[in-house]
Amino acid sequence: MAELSFKDFETDQEVRWCPGCGDYSILKAVQRALAQAGATPEGTVFVSGIGCASRLPYYVETFGFHTIHGRAPAIATGVKLANPELDVWVVTGDGDGLSIGGNHLMHALRRNIDLNILLFNNEIYGLTKGQYSPTSRVGTVSPSSPQGSVDLPLLPGQFAIGAGATFFARAVDIDQKGLPPLLNAANEHEGTSLVEILQNCIVYNKDVFDDVVAKKNAADTQVHCVHGQPLIYGKDENMGLRLNSKTLELDCVEIGIEGITLEDIVVHDETNPILAQMLVMLGPPKPAAMGIILRRERPTFDSSYWQAKPSERRRKVMQLLHTGNILDHR
Amino acid sequence: MGTVDQELSTKNSHVVRFAGDSGDGIQLQGQQFTIASALAGHDLATMPDFPAEIRAPQGTRYGVSAFQIQFGGDRITTPGDEPDVLIAFNPAALVVNLAHLQPGALIIVDSSAFTPQRLKRADLASNPLEDGSLNQYQVVEIDILHLTTEAVKPLGLGKKDSQRCKNIWVLGLVLWMFDQPRDSAQSWIGEKFGKLEQVRDANLAALNAGHAYGETAELSHILTQEKVPEAPLLSVEYRTITGAEALALGLVAAGELADTELMFCSYPITPASSLLHNLTGMEDAGVATFQAEDEIAAVCTAIGASFAGKLGITSSSGPGIALKTEGIGLAVATELPLLVVNSQRAGPSTGMPTKTEQSDLYQAVYGRNADTPIPVIASRSPADCFDTAIEAVRIALRHMTPVILLTDGYIANSSELWPIPDFEAYEPIDNTKPHADEAPDAGGIFSRDQKTHARHWATPGDARFVHRIGGIERDIASGNISYEADNHQAMTDMRADKVASVADFIAPQAIDQGTADGLAVVAWGSTYGTVYQSVKEALANGRKVAHIHLRHLNPLPKNLAALLASYDKILVPELNNGQLATLLRDKLGVSVQQLNKVSGQPLTVTEMREAIKQNTSPELQEVNSGGT
Repeated sequence: MAELSFKDFETDQEVRWCPGCGDYSILKAVQRALAQAGATPEGTVFVSGIGCASRLPYYVETFGFHTIHGRAPAIATGVKLANPELDVWVVTGDGDGLSIGGNHLMHALRRNIDLNILLFNNEIYGLTKGQYSPTSRVGTVSPSSPQGSVDLPLLPGQFAIGAGATFFARAVDIDQKGLPPLLNAANEHEGTSLVEILQNCIVYNKDVFDDVVAKKNAADTQVHCVHGQPLIYGKDENMGLRLNSKTLELDCVEIGIEGITLEDIVVHDETNPILAQMLVMLGPPKPAAMGIILRRERPTFDSSYWQAKPSERRRKVMQLLHTGNILDHR
Repeated sequence: MGTVDQELSTKNSHVVRFAGDSGDGIQLQGQQFTIASALAGHDLATMPDFPAEIRAPQGTRYGVSAFQIQFGGDRITTPGDEPDVLIAFNPAALVVNLAHLQPGALIIVDSSAFTPQRLKRADLASNPLEDGSLNQYQVVEIDILHLTTEAVKPLGLGKKDSQRCKNIWVLGLVLWMFDQPRDSAQSWIGEKFGKLEQVRDANLAALNAGHAYGETAELSHILTQEKVPEAPLLSVEYRTITGAEALALGLVAAGELADTELMFCSYPITPASSLLHNLTGMEDAGVATFQAEDEIAAVCTAIGASFAGKLGITSSSGPGIALKTEGIGLAVATELPLLVVNSQRAGPSTGMPTKTEQSDLYQAVYGRNADTPIPVIASRSPADCFDTAIEAVRIALRHMTPVILLTDGYIANSSELWPIPDFEAYEPIDNTKPHADEAPDAGGIFSRDQKTHARHWATPGDARFVHRIGGIERDIASGNISYEADNHQAMTDMRADKVASVADFIAPQAIDQGTADGLAVVAWGSTYGTVYQSVKEALANGRKVAHIHLRHLNPLPKNLAALLASYDKILVPELNNGQLATLLRDKLGVSVQQLNKVSGQPLTVTEMREAIKQNTSPELQEVNSGGT
C-alpha cells in the first residue's frame, strides 16, 4: 500500500472552528503526525468529549467517536481495552478534561492505559461563550466572573504528575515543526501520554499565552527540555536553570557570570518526576518548560487484558453451568 | 376458606429462619443448610435479610442478620411468609423476628445470650424467656455457646475461636431436625479451613455435636425429627443458584451464543456488586471485567467497548443508574449495543441499600432527557436471570440498542433450585456485524435493517467502514452531523420504531396459570414466586383468577391488550407506588387496581392471598362448579 500523506487524513467535512483558531494548526499537525508515523485510518481511533477541541475527530479520516462532556478518557479506555491493537487518541480541553472530566483523566493517567491524550488548553470555556475555566488565571474577567475570577488555576502538568502520569509534554499550537514529532513520541510511549497544547482562543482569550509563545521573545520565555541535555535557553543560549538547594526551586542563571559554568546547569532527566514537577511549575517571569518533560516506564493496564480463547469458550461456559452443588436427578 | 388456604400453603414444606448478629456467620449457616437441602432433593427458595452495616454493634436490634429458607416436597417459589422454626442467637434476633412467626412456631434460642446486659442491648425491659411473652410458641432453650465450647475443647482452640463455631453447631442440629445429610457441610468445612487444621477439626466437631445433640437430647416432646418428602423433580441435573450467579452465567452464555466477547464495566454498589464478583473468574468464558472509577466511567467504558466491537455491559443499582443516564443516551444516539443491569433497591437517594424494591421502572422506561426509548425487560426469579440475560443481549445485538435489564436485591441474593438447562438447545444470537465479504459501498454502516432498524455494527480495524459517530444528531442516511428539522424528526421516529419493533420478535404474552376471565393479576419481577403461590391456592379454592407475569416491559407484548380485555378486573401488585400500573394505563389505556408495598421487604403470600380474596368472589366458584 502506498504511503499516506497528511491529506489522506482529511475528511470531507467542512471544518467549523472560528477563523484564526489555534485548533486549525493542531489539526494539521495531527494529520501530519499520522502520515509521518505510517498510521492507518482503520487502525486509529480519535475519541473526544465536548467543547471546541472535541470537534476534531470529525475532521480526521480515521475512526472517530465524539462523546459526552468530560467522559472521553473513560470511553477511550473501553475502546483500547476492547481492542488493544488500536492506536487510541483522546482530544479534550481544559474544561472537558480538567473540570467536568477531571476524575476520568486522573484515573486514565493512574492506570497507565495506552492512550494518547491531547489537552487543548486555552484557559477559557470557548463553546459556551467565554466563561473562566479551571486553568484561567486569577483575575480572569469573563461573563461568569465580571469582577475577575478568584479561584486558583490548575496546572495540567502538576495534575498529571500527581496522578502518576508516565508521559507529560507541553507544546504550542502553531508549532508545525515541533508538534508532529512530539505527538508521535506520545503515541510511541507505552502507557497514557498527556500532551498539553497551549491553544489560542482568538475570540474569548486572545493571545493569553503571548508571554510564553510570542515569537520575538520565545527564546527567552521557553526552555526546551531534551533528555540528557542541560536545561539552557535564551537567544544566545547563555541562560540556564540551576537547582537552588535552599529553596528547592529552579533558578534562572546566566552562564559565564559570577563563575557559573555549564556544569552548574541541571541536565534534563525525563524519567525524574521530581524534576518534572519543578519544570511544569515554571512560567513567566521564568521561562516555561516545553517538550517532553516526563517520560518513564511502568506496566500498562491493557497489555494483558484479554485471557479468553474463543475456541475454548463453549466448553468453558458448559463447564461453568455444571459447577457448584449439583444434584444429579437424571 | 381460610383454613383450606392455610393447609395448602404449608403442606409438605418448612420455613426456617436463622437470626443473629451480623458477625455470627448466619449467612454461611443458611447457605450450607440450603445446599444440604438441595442435595436431599427438596425444592427451595431462600432470602438473606441483612443490615447495611458490615459488623454492626453486637446484640443490637438493627444489627440483626437473618437468613430464611423454605424447602420441601412441593414446588417452592417463595422463602415463606411465616417461619415455623426460628433460630435466635441473641435477644435482639428473637425480638425483631417474633412478628413474623405464626402461633405454635418452634423457637430455638441460645440461652447463654439472655444476660441482663444483652437484654438491655436489645432494648428489652424483661427477659422474654421468663416474662410469658413467648407463651404462644414452643420454645427450646439451649446453652449453645456452652455446648459448642465443650464440643471443641479437645482441639485446644482459644475462647474466641471456639465460640465462633456455634453457627456450625446449630447447623448440625438443624440438619438433624430435617433429616438432611451432613456430607456437603463437612466437605465445605474441609475446603474452607483446609489449611487451618485445628479450626477445621473444631468446626467438624461442632457440626457433629449439634447433630448428636438432636438425636440424644431429652427434648423429644418438642424437638422431633421431620422427614421431608422429596420434591417432584425433572430428570435433569439441578443446582442451587442465586440471581447474581444466574445472571453472570447467562451473560457468558449469551456471549458464546452471539460469538462476541463481553466487557463488563461497573462500580461497586449494593446490591449489584455480586454480579461483578461472580463474573471475575469467568474470564476464560469470554468476559473481561473492569472496575471503573465511578458509575459514569463504568457506562462510558462499556460504550467504548461496544464501539470497538465487544459487547459492553454495565451494572448498578438505582442511584448509579441515575449517574449513567447521560451515557445511556449516547448509546441510544449512536445506536450501539449496550446492556444495563439494574439490581433495584429501596430508595430514593441512598435509601436502604440492602433492602429490595421495584421502584426503578419509571426510571428504566421514562427516565432520560429527550425522546430516548430503550427496551426494558425484567427477571422474575434468581434462576430466571439466566434466560433474561440471554434475552437482553439478543435484543441489544438484534436492534443495535441499549437494553435495561431489571432485577432487584431480593433476586440477586436469594437462591433457588435450578434445573440446569440444555445449553445446546439455545438459538444462536445473530449480531449485525458486517460479513467478511460485504462491500463497503452497500449503503455504508447506516443502511438499516427494515425489520429491526439496526445499523451495521462496524468497528475500528475494519478498513471498509471507517467512520465517525457521536452524540450530535446526524443525518439518517450518511451519518454526518445534521441540524435539519426533517432529519431530526426522521431520526426520532426511527428510534421509536426501533424499540417498538422489539415486540415483533418476542413471544406473545402467556397466562402463567389460571382462568381466561375473572381477575387478572398482572405482575413483573421478583413478585413472581409470591403471585404464583397465591394464585395456585386461589385456583385450588375455585376462584377465577389468572397470573400474568411480564418479562417484557418496554415494549409490552403485542397481544397484551387483547389478553387483558377478557378479564373483569386487573390487579397489579408491585413493590412500588404503582409504576407498572401507570405503564399499563399509559400504553394500553386499561383500568387497573393497585396493590402496593414499599417497605423494603418482599410481598408475602398472605398479602397477595388477601388481595385476591378481596377482588374475586367465592360465590362465582360455586355457581361455576355447579355448572361443570
